[in-house]
Parts: sequence; C-alpha cells; structure tokens
Amino acid sequence: MKEGRPFSFYVLAVFFAAYVLFLYGPMIAIYILSFQGPQGGLTFPMNGVSTYWLSKLFQGTGIVDLGASFRRSLLLGLVVMALTVVLSVAAGMAFRRKFKAQGILFYSAIASLIVPSIITSLGISLEFRIIDDMIKTHWSDRFETSMGLLTSGLGAHLTWTLPFGLLIMFAIFNRFDPRLEEAARDLGATSWQSFRHVVLPIILPSVIGIGLFGFTLSWDELARSSQAIGPVNTLPLDLQGLTTTVTKPDIYALGTIISAVSFAVIALALGTIHILKKRQAAKGSDAGKGLV
Amino acid sequence: MMLVFLCFFLIPLVFVIVVSFWDYNEYQLLPAFSGRGYTDTFEGCIAKLPELCTIGRTYLMTLKLCFLVWAITLFIGFWVAYFLAFHVRTRTWQMGLSLLCTIPFWTSNVIRMIAWIPLLGRNGLVNSGLIGTGLIKQPIEWLLYSEFSIVLALVHLFTFFMVVPIFNSMVRIDRSLIEAAYDAGATGFQTLVNVIIPLAKPGIVIGSIFVITIVMGDFITIGVMGGQQIAAAGKIIETRLNALQFPAAAANAVILLAITFMIITMMSRIVDIRKEL
Repeated sequence: MKEGRPFSFYVLAVFFAAYVLFLYGPMIAIYILSFQGPQGGLTFPMNGVSTYWLSKLFQGTGIVDLGASFRRSLLLGLVVMALTVVLSVAAGMAFRRKFKAQGILFYSAIASLIVPSIITSLGISLEFRIIDDMIKTHWSDRFETSMGLLTSGLGAHLTWTLPFGLLIMFAIFNRFDPRLEEAARDLGATSWQSFRHVVLPIILPSVIGIGLFGFTLSWDELARSSQAIGPVNTLPLDLQGLTTTVTKPDIYALGTIISAVSFAVIALALGTIHILKKRQAAKGSDAGKGLV
Repeated sequence: MMLVFLCFFLIPLVFVIVVSFWDYNEYQLLPAFSGRGYTDTFEGCIAKLPELCTIGRTYLMTLKLCFLVWAITLFIGFWVAYFLAFHVRTRTWQMGLSLLCTIPFWTSNVIRMIAWIPLLGRNGLVNSGLIGTGLIKQPIEWLLYSEFSIVLALVHLFTFFMVVPIFNSMVRIDRSLIEAAYDAGATGFQTLVNVIIPLAKPGIVIGSIFVITIVMGDFITIGVMGGQQIAAAGKIIETRLNALQFPAAAANAVILLAITFMIITMMSRIVDIRKEL
C-alpha cells in the first residue's frame, strides 16, 4: 500500500519546479533569441526566425577570431580532461593508504578550490612574469614569454579541476569494497592486474564523470584564465569581452554554440556512463549461475 | 598532483604575498621592499575618518553582496536538498532530478549571466510584461546593471554549491532518527529544527564556505551584471591589474585572502571538513 504524500511534499515540489525553471528559463531564452531574424535586437520580441546570426558567426564576425579561440579552448579542455583523470585516479588510489604528505596534499587541494580564483590567477601570472624576467636577463633577450595556453593556462585550469577530481575519487573509494581487490590478489593477480581488471572496470563510470567535470570546468573557465592565459584568448574570455561591446544577437549565437558543445559532451559522458553501468549489471556478477 | 599544486597554486600564492611588498612605477616592477601597495590601497583613509573611504566602502559592499547571496542560496539550497533527500522516494528519480540541477553547472557561467539580459533589460520580458499588465507605467531601471541583478545572477549561478553538500549530509541521516522523533511526539517543525538541521549542519557549513569564497573573489559576475559600474573586492584587483599595478593588485589580493581566510576559520570551528568527505 502506498502511503499518501504529505502536504509539504506539494509545497516543496512546486518550490523545486520553480527553482528548475529559474535555472533553465534564462538559458532557454537566449537559445531562442539566437535564432533572431536579421533585423532583430537583443531582446524579445522576435523579429522573424532565422539562422542568420549563427551562420554569421561561422563566417567570422571580424571582431575576434572565434574559430581560433574555439580550437584553443577545445585543445585545452581535452588536455585538462586527460590530466585530471590520470592524476585524480592516481591520487585517489594513493589516498587509500597512508602516506607522508597526505595532509598537505589534501589541504592544498581544498585551499586551491576555495581561494578566490582571481588570486590564484594573479599568482600564476606573477610567477610566469618573474620566470620570464629571469630568462630574459640570463639567457636570451629575444625571448618573448613562457606564458601560454599549455603552460600557465593549463596550470591554472588544473588548480580548478583537480580538487573536484580528487573529491569525486574520495566519494568512489568510500563505497569501494577492498575485499574485491584482496580476492584478486589471492587469485594471484599482480597489483597492476588487479587494478586493470578489477578496480578500473568498477570505478570506470565515475572516472568518466571526472573527465566530464575536467572538460566542462575547463571549457567554461574564466576567472582563472583571465590573467594566466598569456597572449591568447579562450572562448569564454572572448565571450566576456563581447558582453561590453556587442549589441547584436551574435553574442547569443556564440553562447548557444558554446552551450551546444557543453551539452554534447554532457550527453556523451552520461550516455557512456549509462552503457557501462548496464554492462556492469549484466556481466558484473555470476552469482547463482553455478560453476562456469 | 602535488607538483601541480606546488607549481600552480602554492608558489603563486607566495609570489602574491611577496610582490605585494614590492615597489612599482608606471611600467615595471621594482623588487625592493615597500609598503606602497598597501598605502596606495588605503590612500586617504585616515584623513577621512570617521567616514569610510573608498576601499572601506568597497569591502563593505562586497560583504553585503556576500551576505545577501549567502542567505538566499542557503534558503533555496536547503529546501531543494530537503526535497531531493526526503520527498523523492526512488533512487532513479533522485538521480534524475539531481542531474537536472547539475547540468547547468556544466555549462558556461558567462552565458548564464548574459541570459538574464533579455529578461531584465529596459525592454526586457519582465518590464514589458509588467507594463503590459498595467502594473507599472515606466520600465523599472534597477532590474539590470544593479545590485539586484548581481545578487540574482550570483544566486542563479551558485545555489548548486549549496545544494550538493547539504543534500550529501541529508541522505546520510538515518531515517529511523526521524521516525523516532515523530514517535516521541515531535511535530514536523520540531523534527526539522532539532533533528534534521543539526545533522545537516556540516553540509550547510561546507556549502556556505563555497558560496562565500566564490562571491568574495568574484569579479566577472559583478562586472557583467553590474555594468562594470559597481565596485567589489575582486573588481579592485582586476582594475589594478589592467593598470599593470601588480604590487597594488597583490596587496589587495592579500587583504582579500586574509578576510576570506578569517571567515573560513570561523566557520570550520563549527565542523571538521576532513571528516565529512
């Protein structure tokens, strides 16, 4: 028998629905507005429906080279994703045993998460500026800068994605049954084998989750990039620059495209996680099937 | 991983502190000890006492924004988490609905900010809607590029950071405790205040730390939604940087860091963060 819902359920359900609407409403508004007709302005009402602004974006609006920053953001996002996954999994495994710098590593991860981004960004930019000065005085005068997408920019993004990765790994291993590994060891598996064939398949869905965080956090990252990215721009930086100067719907079109990439990545990751979980459910256990 | 944190987080922090004591002129850094970064920041503050100087007012503004955003996100976050943890019964629905709340977090913040512009602008949906129904005659000016829009956007962006930790502590509450409270004759409200809130406190504190530190350091949302007109602590740093006054920027960063650190220490007195993960 199903017991009835209390009155508070309905109040909170409405509250929750309002919150979701509050979350998504404005975003949906700009997706619609990016299909504004050629005469349309920044706000409703729509002046016809067209893909004019979207296609204009691909031709290049002439203000900034969006294609290049699109590729840069994508590259940086992928590198950050790969590094976040590898380092988080390694650190997560290490944290299951005791080691010396455990406390320091944990607190620097937490601190890195909560120290305001602009301070981290400023620090990295100062660090690289000082390195630059040193190189210029000691080796070569023609040296330009060591700051760039894959040096300071990459570092800045990692200080943001790694703590998330580490926290997710903690959550995974809290629920992980160490007996599985022991069983593997008892059956004669080397530590690499037990990681590869036992641990990894079990944690894989969550590892993809870490990759998802790594990519999306880097793809949209702005505050840390602002000072640390060096002479080039990423897509969110361009977008922020445009907010002050552009008065046409192409900014919405750009927003729609950036979101489209985010949504594609989210869908891809969630889909993969779903498939993997299904496979785990189907093949994970042979209990009750007798001897094979 | 330690290496990454060392190179890109700890050493930079040290540099910020060191550089904040360097001297500077119009176009370069001078590595000599000087308190100029700090004295410039507080320029004219003592002369003006007891009135607050610009920097004092800016920090006061930051704290005010911080407090408003914190209060609102706490309220929304608590009830959203409460709904997800106690009223949604099946795991599938719980997963689905939490995912619904998480997806916006994976999309761009700037986009979620500018998304408010067509709604709040002078000819935006809200204003035209209100004029249409005859409630107001003139468009409301304070909807966009104001404190209101900043708080709105910050709440919109960061309630997620409140929902997740609170939800996390709530699902760990043993249901039998709540049953016990009801059996002992507590009303729903009494159970909420005496059982659920104390047990969800770690989540509330962690969420609060996230929201407060983000808002303290924020300069992008405040820049975009405030129409680059409203000053806040993070914004000072950015302005100084754009003027290439690195020591002054660093000095402000150190001040901001100190204030943030104070708030966190006060809050972590209440719970041990490490234990909660």
